[in-house]
Amino acid sequence: MTADVTTDSHDIAVTVNGTQYRRTVEARLLLSDFLRHELLLAGTHVGCEHGVCGACTVIFDGVAVRSCLMLAAQTDGHTVMTVEGLASDRDHLHPLQQSMHDCHGLQCGYCTPGILMTMKVFLDETPAPNEAQIREALSGNLCRCTGYQHIVDAMMLAAERLRG
Amino acid sequence: MKPAPFKYIVARTIEQALALKAEYGDEGRFLAGGQSLVPTLNFRLTQAAVLIDINPLTQCAGMQNSQPGTVRIGALTRYGQLERNSETARDLPLIGEALPHIAHPQIRNRGTIGGNLAHADPASEMPAIVLALAGRLRAQSQSGERWIPAAEFFGGALSTALASDEMLMEVELPVAGPRSGSCFMEVSRRRGDFALIGVACTMQFDANGLCSQARIGLCNAGDRPILAEDAGNSLLGRNIGTAQIDEAAALVQQAIDPGGSIHASKEFQRHLAGVLTRRALTVANERSPREH
Repeated sequence: MTADVTTDSHDIAVTVNGTQYRRTVEARLLLSDFLRHELLLAGTHVGCEHGVCGACTVIFDGVAVRSCLMLAAQTDGHTVMTVEGLASDRDHLHPLQQSMHDCHGLQCGYCTPGILMTMKVFLDETPAPNEAQIREALSGNLCRCTGYQHIVDAMMLAAERLRG
Repeated sequence: MKPAPFKYIVARTIEQALALKAEYGDEGRFLAGGQSLVPTLNFRLTQAAVLIDINPLTQCAGMQNSQPGTVRIGALTRYGQLERNSETARDLPLIGEALPHIAHPQIRNRGTIGGNLAHADPASEMPAIVLALAGRLRAQSQSGERWIPAAEFFGGALSTALASDEMLMEVELPVAGPRSGSCFMEVSRRRGDFALIGVACTMQFDANGLCSQARIGLCNAGDRPILAEDAGNSLLGRNIGTAQIDEAAALVQQAIDPGGSIHASKEFQRHLAGVLTRRALTVANERSPREH
């Protein structure tokens, strides 16, 4: 049987950063493109679009995932958190963001949203990490500017701040 | 870098998933974790007419000790789940050791063991591990189910023994027993990247300290996941030392047919296979307690 694929669209209801959105999406729309183009949450960056670079990492139902390797249609009834959901308001950075700022953990900033979302879950699960654990957790996020050292420093500082 | 159009259908029950696969056959692809399938769709290396999303079938996820001595892992079990489950390292130390090499944390949070095995990438870790453990895989269709031994599951490049109407349901693996040891090693250009060569080996010893079972699986050593049977068999009935391990490593080098790439020539891959086999067998041998 040949499937008619020309107009396959799906109604979805997805909660992103605490707000519920209802949209009709084409089956092949990637979650990364849905966030950027449909919801205009352009903080999620798109790098390689095949799961290697980590720039598009978001938190899906509490775990860090590649948004370029999921379909928007798959998020129906689920919860997504993007980098826009980190800071409580425009004047107060999340401790992760503040630590990246303080330690010069970013230069061009392209990889930063993916790193922040990866490390958000990691630090929730591992509140007192050592440097080796941070490097392992960061292994799926490519940064071509910093050489990672300042990102690792930022995460050590963020962990300390989040422990309070 | 966007997928070509396809039809997307969510399967809410196993029966529905099997009915859809029977209806669409080879035109329908199961979407599990999607960590191998979606990249190839994005690149348009794969064009699927229909994606059957089986993620709601949570009953197909999890580990259970159905019978003493074996563990069954549901096809939809995500690597992140295996990583967070302490039973993995205890019962399946070979998998526990390989997990950090399987891509990156974010990929492991989505990627499933069943999707990985059904994708059957020769460079992937899990097929070689399932071969080294002599596991078996349960396939189901509307007309029934069957168990497929790992050694008969993998065909040529990216192909398996699964029929066009079948779904991979679970994999059954033996729990690490007494007087046994295993080891996984790989070399890749970058952490989490595809292995240039990977070796998974298991060894078992009898009460006299002689090797009673040895299996060596290899990643990225040919057009399919490879079980180096002659190399494993060469160790049987023997006291294992450097000479026996060297002999097995040489047999592994003969058994494989690596493709070579810009990252590593065939010669380098064959060299690596020898070195890693020697190292992995040495470690597995040391890890095997002789007393019980």
